[in-house]
Amino acid sequence: MTVQTGIQPISSARRAKDRLVQVLVYLAFALAVIPLLSVLWLVVKNGIGRLDMEFLTHSMRNIGARDAGGGAYHAIIGTLEQVLLASLIAVPIGLLTAVYLVEYGEGGRLSRTISFFVDVMTGVPSVVSGLFVLAFWILVLGMPFSGFAGALALSILMMPVVVRSAEEMLRLVPRELREASYALGVPKWRTIVKVVLPTAFTGIVTGVMLAVARVAGETAPLLLTVFVTDSINNDPFNGPQMGLPLYVFDQAGRPTDTAVDRAWTGALTLILIVMLLNLVARLITWWRSPARRR
Amino acid sequence: MRRSAFRRSRGDGPFRFASTGAGIVLLAIMAAIGVFLVVKAVPALQANTSHFLTELTWQPNATEPVFGIGALAFGTVLSSLLALVIATPVAVGVALFISHYAPRRLASALGYVVDLLAAVPSVVYGLWGVTFLVPFMLGPSKFLNDYLGWIPLFGGDTVVGRSMLTASLVLAIMILPIIAAISREVFLQAPKMQEEAALALGATRWEMIRMSVLPFGRPGVISAAMLGLGRAMGETIAVALIFPATFNISFKILGPYGNSIAANIANGFGEATEVGRGALIASGLILFLITLLVNMAARFVIARRKEYARAAA
Amino acid sequence: MAKQIEVAGLDAYYGTHKAIEGISMTIEPRSVTAFIGPSGCGKSTFLRTLNRMHEVIPGARVEGKVRLEDQDLYGADVDPVSVRRTIGMVFQRPNPFPTMSIFDNVAAGLRLNGRHSRSQLDGIVEESLKGANLWNEVKDRLNKPGAGLSGGQQQRLCIARAIAVRPQVLLMDEPCSALDPISTLAIEDLISQLKQDYTIVIVTHNMQQAARVSDKTAFFNLAAQGQPGKLVEMDETSKIFTNPAEKATEDYITGRFG
Ligand SMILES: Nc1ncnc2c1ncn2[C@@H]1O[C@H](COP(=O)(O)OP(=O)(O)OP(=O)(O)O)[C@@H](O)[C@H]1O
Ligand SMILES: [Mg+2]
Repeated sequence: MTVQTGIQPISSARRAKDRLVQVLVYLAFALAVIPLLSVLWLVVKNGIGRLDMEFLTHSMRNIGARDAGGGAYHAIIGTLEQVLLASLIAVPIGLLTAVYLVEYGEGGRLSRTISFFVDVMTGVPSVVSGLFVLAFWILVLGMPFSGFAGALALSILMMPVVVRSAEEMLRLVPRELREASYALGVPKWRTIVKVVLPTAFTGIVTGVMLAVARVAGETAPLLLTVFVTDSINNDPFNGPQMGLPLYVFDQAGRPTDTAVDRAWTGALTLILIVMLLNLVARLITWWRSPARRR
Repeated sequence: MRRSAFRRSRGDGPFRFASTGAGIVLLAIMAAIGVFLVVKAVPALQANTSHFLTELTWQPNATEPVFGIGALAFGTVLSSLLALVIATPVAVGVALFISHYAPRRLASALGYVVDLLAAVPSVVYGLWGVTFLVPFMLGPSKFLNDYLGWIPLFGGDTVVGRSMLTASLVLAIMILPIIAAISREVFLQAPKMQEEAALALGATRWEMIRMSVLPFGRPGVISAAMLGLGRAMGETIAVALIFPATFNISFKILGPYGNSIAANIANGFGEATEVGRGALIASGLILFLITLLVNMAARFVIARRKEYARAAA
Repeated sequence: MAKQIEVAGLDAYYGTHKAIEGISMTIEPRSVTAFIGPSGCGKSTFLRTLNRMHEVIPGARVEGKVRLEDQDLYGADVDPVSVRRTIGMVFQRPNPFPTMSIFDNVAAGLRLNGRHSRSQLDGIVEESLKGANLWNEVKDRLNKPGAGLSGGQQQRLCIARAIAVRPQVLLMDEPCSALDPISTLAIEDLISQLKQDYTIVIVTHNMQQAARVSDKTAFFNLAAQGQPGKLVEMDETSKIFTNPAEKATEDYITGRFG
C-alpha cells in the first residue's frame, strides 16, 4: 500500500471522462432542441404568408388543389366544436373518476383496477380510439360520420389525462380542510362539492386545458370518424366535418404548392392554438405554485 | 368507524354511485374497444383468402380479398425499435442535463422547452418530415450507405429520403419528450444521501451519477422507454406522410421501403370497401393488443419501482 | 497518514443565509476531536466545509481558509474531488449503496481510483471490514446487498467504505444517533482504535460520548436565534467537561448533565 501524502489530484483519465460525459449531456440537450427550433422556424416561415383574413374566414369550397386562396374556416369551426364536445363528455367522467379514486376508492380492488387501466388507457394509440368509434358508432349503430363521432374518439383520449391531473390536484387538498368540514357535520358529498373541488379548481382547469391541447392536434381519430370535407358544416351531429389537423393532413397530401402553403398555415394556426393552451395552463400552474409564494 | 357514519349521511349515496359509475364507465370503454374491434374484424377475416398473421400483401378491396399483417407489423416494430434506440440515449442525456447539470435557475425552464416538443401535433411533424427532413436526409443517408454499407441495415443499392430511417427519426423526436420527462422525474428523486455518499468517497459528478443516480433511476428509465415504444407504435399521421407505403419485409432502412399498421390505416381508409374497413379494423386490433401489452409491462415495472422506493425509505 | 487541519476565519453560507462565522481552530493528527453544541448552531455545516462537501448544496459557499498541513483546501488549483478523496466522511444516517453488495460497497471508493487486482481488492476489503469491526458478521455474505444489514452494521459498513480508500482524516457527523446502545459502543471502540492511524472529527449530541471518545472538544453556539453559529471554545476534553473557560459552555454541559 502506497502511503499518500497531501491531497492527491485525481487521475487525468477520470477527469477527462467526467468532462466527456458533461459534453455529451449538453450535446443531448442541444440535439433535443434543434428539431423543435427547426419545426417552429419552418412552420412560422412557411405559414405566415397565408395567415390572412381569407384563410381565417373562408372554406375550401369550390377551390381546387391548384388554386390559390381558400381557407380553413370550416376546419377551425370543426375543431372548436369537436374539442368542446369531447370536453363535455370527458371532463365529467374524468373528474368523477378522480373523485372516486381519491375520496371513495379507499385503495380497494376496484379502485386499483381503475387506476391501473387509467394508466393503460393513456397508452391507447389515437388511431385505435378512432377505429373503435368507427366500429361501434358508425358501423354497428349505423350513425353517420360527424363531428360528434370525432368528439367521441377524442374524449377517449382526454379521459385518462383528465383523471390523472384531477386526481393529483384532489390529493393536494389538505386533510384538515376536509376534516374541518366533517367536524361541522357536513356530509361527505357536500364537503367534496363545496370544499374539495373549489380548492382544487384551478389545478383541475389546468389539467383540462393540457388535455384539450393534447387532443386538439390529433388527426388520426378524426380521419376515421368525421371524414373530410371542403365545406362549412356548423352542425357537429350531421354529416362530415373538417378539423384543423385533418385540414393540414389533407392539404399536405395534395401535390401542389398552393395546397402545401395552406397546410403550413394550418399547421401554424394549430400550433398557435395548442401552444397558447399549453402556455396559459403552465402560467396558471406557475402562478399558483407554492414555490412562488415563498 | 368514521367512514360508516359518512356512509349513512343523506345525499352521499347518489354521489358515491355517480363517481363509482364513472370509474366503471372507464373500464367498460377499455373492454368495449376490444370487443367492437373484434366484432367488426371477424367478417373481414372470414372473407380473407390468405393467412392474416403471415401474409405480406394488403389487398382487402379486391374481389378475392388477400391481406395480412406481416409486413405492417414488421414495419411497426422495426420503426419503433429504431426510434427507441435513437431517442433513449438522448432522452437520458436531456434528463440528466435538467436534473444534474443545468444551472438550477434555468433547469425548470429548460425542462419546459423539452416538454414543448410533446406539444407539437403529430401532423405538424409529418408536414415537417416530408417537406424538410425527407430531402435533408438524402445526404446523410448516402453517406451512411457509402461508408457503412457493409452493415446490412445501411446496405442496398437505392437510397432515398422517404425511408425507414427518416420515419424512425421523426418517431424518435416525438417520443423523446416523454422518455426525458419521466427519466428526469426519477433522477430528481434519487436519494441525496446516496449521492453524498458517492461524492464523499471522492467521486466525480459522472461517477456519482453512475454509482447512485443511474442504479436508482434504471427501472424508471426502462418503463419510460417502454411507454415511448408504445407511443411510437401507435403514432399514425406523421409516419403516414413519410412512409413510402410498401408491403414487404426489408431491413434496408435507407431504401424505399417502409410502412406501419397505423400509417396503413390512415392511408388506406379513404378507398376502403366494407371488407377493407374490416381488414383495417383487424390490423388496429393487433396494434391495440401490442400497445396494451407494452404499456401494461411498463406499468408493472413502475409499480415494482414504487415498492422498491418505499422499501428503501 | 494522519494530518493536521488548520482553520482560519471561516464563514459558510446557504445562499444569503450565513450559517457559521469566524471559525478558527487547529485539529491535531492522530486524535479525536468532538464538536458539541445546540441544534442548528452549525456543527454539521462546519464539518462539511472541512472536506468541501458543503458546496455540493446548491447556492452554498465558503469564505476563509482551511489547511491540511501546508495545503489550502480551497486553493484555486485544488480539485474538490481530490479533497473528498483525502478526507473521508461518515454521515448521520447510514447510506450504503442499496444496489451494491457488501463487498462492492467497501470496494466502491477503491474502484474509482484506478485498477486493483482481485486479490488486492479482497485484501483491502477484508482489512477495512476488520478495521470497522464488521468482518466476522459479514464474511460469509459479502455478496449479499448492503441494505440487508441492521442499522448498526450498515453504519460500520459505511465506516469500512470510508477507510478503505485510506483517507488522511475521517469526519463523522453524529454517526451513532440512529443506533442502539450496543452498536454505539461498538462504534466508539472502533473510533478509539482508528485514531491510531487517522485524524478523527466527530459531531455528537451525546455528552458522555464526547467525554468517552474525544481528546479535544469544541463547543459551538448561536449568539441568538437567526445569528450565525460561532466557536465558543475549544480545549482538552477533560478541561471542557470539568472546568470550561466560558460560562455558556458550562451552562450547556451542566444543563445536559443535570
Ligand atoms: N441545506 C440547507 N439549506 C439551507 N440552510 C441550511 C441547510 N442545512 C442547514 N442549514 C441551516 O444552517 C444552520 C446550521 O445547520 P446545521 O445543520 O449545520 O446545524 P447542526 O449544528 O448540525 O444542527 P443539528 O445538531 O441539529 O444537526 C441552521 O440554521 C440551518 O437551518
Ligand atoms: Mg447536524
